[in-house]
Amino acid sequence: MDALASFVAQLLNGLAGASSLFLVAAGLSLIFGVTRIVNFAHGSFYMLGIYVAYSAVAWLGRGVGYWLGLALAAIAVGIVGAVVEMVVLRRIYRAPELFQLLATFALVLIIKDAALWIWGAEELLGPRAPGLGGSLPILGRAFPSYDLFLIVIGPTVLGLVWLLLTRTRFGTLVRAATQDREMVGALGVNQAWLFTAVFALGALLAALGGALQLPREPANLELDLTTIGAAFVVVVVGGMGSLPGAYIAALLIAELKAICIWLGVVDVFGVTISFSKLTLVVEFLVMAVVLVVRPWGLLGRPQAPPRVSGAAEAPLRLGDNLTTAVAAVLVLSLVALPPMTASQPYVAVLAIDILVAVLFATSLHFIMGPGGMHSFGHAAYFGLGAYGAAILVRAAGLPMEAALVLGPLVAGIGAVVFGWFSVRLTGVYLAMLTLAFAQIAWAVAYQWDSVTGGSNGLTGVWPAAWLAGTRAYYYLTLTLVLAGAWLLRRMLFSPFGYAMRAARDSALRADAIGIDVKRVQWVGFAIAGLFAGLAGSLFAFSKGSISPESLYVGKSIDALVMVLLGGVQTLAGPAVGASVFTWLHDTVARNTEYWRAMLGAIILILVLLFPQGIAGFVQQVVDARRDAKGDR
Amino acid sequence: MSAQHPAGSLLDVRALCAWYGAAQILFGVELHVGRGEVVALMGRNGAGKSTTLKALMGMLDKRSGTLSFMGRDISRSSPHQVAQRGLGFVPEDRRIFTDLTVEENLEVGRQPARRWPDGSAAPSWTPRRLYALFPNLGEMPTRPGGRMSGGEQQMLTVARTLMGNPYLVLLDEPSEGVAPVIVEQMARMIVELKGEGVSILLSEQNMHFAELVSDRAYVLEKGQIRFAGAMAELAANDEVRRAYLSV
Repeated sequence: MDALASFVAQLLNGLAGASSLFLVAAGLSLIFGVTRIVNFAHGSFYMLGIYVAYSAVAWLGRGVGYWLGLALAAIAVGIVGAVVEMVVLRRIYRAPELFQLLATFALVLIIKDAALWIWGAEELLGPRAPGLGGSLPILGRAFPSYDLFLIVIGPTVLGLVWLLLTRTRFGTLVRAATQDREMVGALGVNQAWLFTAVFALGALLAALGGALQLPREPANLELDLTTIGAAFVVVVVGGMGSLPGAYIAALLIAELKAICIWLGVVDVFGVTISFSKLTLVVEFLVMAVVLVVRPWGLLGRPQAPPRVSGAAEAPLRLGDNLTTAVAAVLVLSLVALPPMTASQPYVAVLAIDILVAVLFATSLHFIMGPGGMHSFGHAAYFGLGAYGAAILVRAAGLPMEAALVLGPLVAGIGAVVFGWFSVRLTGVYLAMLTLAFAQIAWAVAYQWDSVTGGSNGLTGVWPAAWLAGTRAYYYLTLTLVLAGAWLLRRMLFSPFGYAMRAARDSALRADAIGIDVKRVQWVGFAIAGLFAGLAGSLFAFSKGSISPESLYVGKSIDALVMVLLGGVQTLAGPAVGASVFTWLHDTVARNTEYWRAMLGAIILILVLLFPQGIAGFVQQVVDARRDAKGDR
Repeated sequence: MSAQHPAGSLLDVRALCAWYGAAQILFGVELHVGRGEVVALMGRNGAGKSTTLKALMGMLDKRSGTLSFMGRDISRSSPHQVAQRGLGFVPEDRRIFTDLTVEENLEVGRQPARRWPDGSAAPSWTPRRLYALFPNLGEMPTRPGGRMSGGEQQMLTVARTLMGNPYLVLLDEPSEGVAPVIVEQMARMIVELKGEGVSILLSEQNMHFAELVSDRAYVLEKGQIRFAGAMAELAANDEVRRAYLSV
């Protein structure tokens, strides 16, 4: 009886948690449906919801003021959403979808620091809801009445949004625009206000989800990324654009988590499984399974490609003499760097970081640009390479040189396994599945204390004696990074590279001329994983330690930002992007407490000014000059 | 031009050029539609008929030229502004909202009633009037667009545009890909619309269909107008038809 009671209590607890998750996911799904923007900043709206509700309630007092405060918070954040849409997103609807992601990620950084500035770094727990502070007995257990209230809220909001979408002209327009926004425009509907309204509504729902958590969960600055991860999973599992799907997915995930907590630690056939530890990955496991079985989600439908697509990608070109000369000068100056900067030893340390970042970004670019596979979990292979090398040195006692060879292989094998699933999907779904695999890898590293050192990671991962000095290690890194980058570039101009680019440009046509598209993409994915692993192994030995951070979603996003900054369809792009990003990160972080906001603002300006990335922009200018000369 | 067509000019197009990405499709198209006219834009596949209509709506990345509709310049207007001026567009591939019911599809197209510059009422439509014009639609107001036959979708896409009470409808290939019986219905519908005072610019490959419904015709080839004249004149001109229309 007691087991049943605790089981029921956990299920109810799961239901209560599902409501807020659903609100966030519903907003995300609406916004994606109409604007086709995957809004990374959606978790930030949720976080803002809690913070603003905290202040509003403190200002309006308890009683009626409490509920007024929650409503006010949701509305205020809805207005923030509208402003964001009008000032930033409206300018980039026609940009490639990855640029939109980058812009919304910049918003994440800015909002996070704005919250830090306004509310400080302390966690803030709101007061209990008036009238719902007590609890009700259920099967002999006290169950918080506020949780029961939350359980009712989810279906209620689902019903209200459903009514809005099916019974009003606004809703009809939203559903029509979800399917074919260009046609809606040609029928005389101004898409601009429709987009603003939808974005504001989505932000409002997310903030409401956050505000409702005020008495249950302290407001803190980590909520944005954890929430967006969970919301992505819910939307993808439920099916992009399907609200009932989002609700079912939110319920499914919240209940599975509840069951895992209830099961606790269980012995299965003599193996002890800690189900409570599974809660960190259960949503990503669900997503991986759903995406493999039903690639477009539980209630979703296969997405038609958007009607308005960007211009076709220009073919990659082999460098001319000028490019070769520039590259040669660059390599020479890199070789000369340590002696030239002997008085500033930090330069070489920073240069190692930059070189590692260049290889990491180049490997991601390999599948993202020419391969057309937008991996959101590339840190998985960086981390596998780093952990692989570290564990081989620490636990297996291998010499550093061997670990540096085998570490990348570990990452490569990981990429072979994860890639097999991932290449079955495309677009946003592929991005989400790669993210899911990376989160699973992260959770394993984070929890497997005996092997990975858990949250502390592993220390004492030093290079062999002959490579121990900064200068020696710099030359090792330089050699391997240049070799890696050159190999990746060489492959793009080999028959394999042509096949991969053909598969990106038209999978059907490539298939029809005898290219095994999935196999080519799979091989490409594995190669990229291998080189990301090399970057990871180099990273581990350069720092002497390794932590789960290297596998975390933030690391994957760093790589994305680097590639996008440099320009997705430019070969020099990832190198330029990685250098600029690492240098900026280093410089900005050392000079201000609010480095994230600075970084975000810089990214935003770059995205708005250089939609082809920095290197892409330079190439365009050079091409324009060349064309002008040719005309004369 | 307006001197040539004193009786209520609707649409005047001069030197219209248009591009798909880097490829130029139209090279200085000139055309004109007067109030109450049905005008056919003829040409083979790839001649630039659909591109012309899309360029008029502002649905292409790049266009240039002088576009005047009801005496106002629309060469810089976005599609929704053009539609709000009373220029309706019926796309060739129908682009029905398949998740929405017939009623809801019509609702998306709804715009306020219009008046002519002289103050008299312009043609205006309600779902009820459209169901009278397209009895098939009236039988299935709650059916989702995705569960309709091709011919029914063709009617719905026209009806949806009419809900915007346009002065002029751009009708892209109305006879393409539908059963002969539907083609006949479409022809009857165009004649009825003309009777209601709606002007129509239709793109068409089917000479027989165009002859049934049109007052005048233009012939496009490689993005340029090669012939302009009365429909009867085109029907009688074997040379033009052989050069630019016969397959």
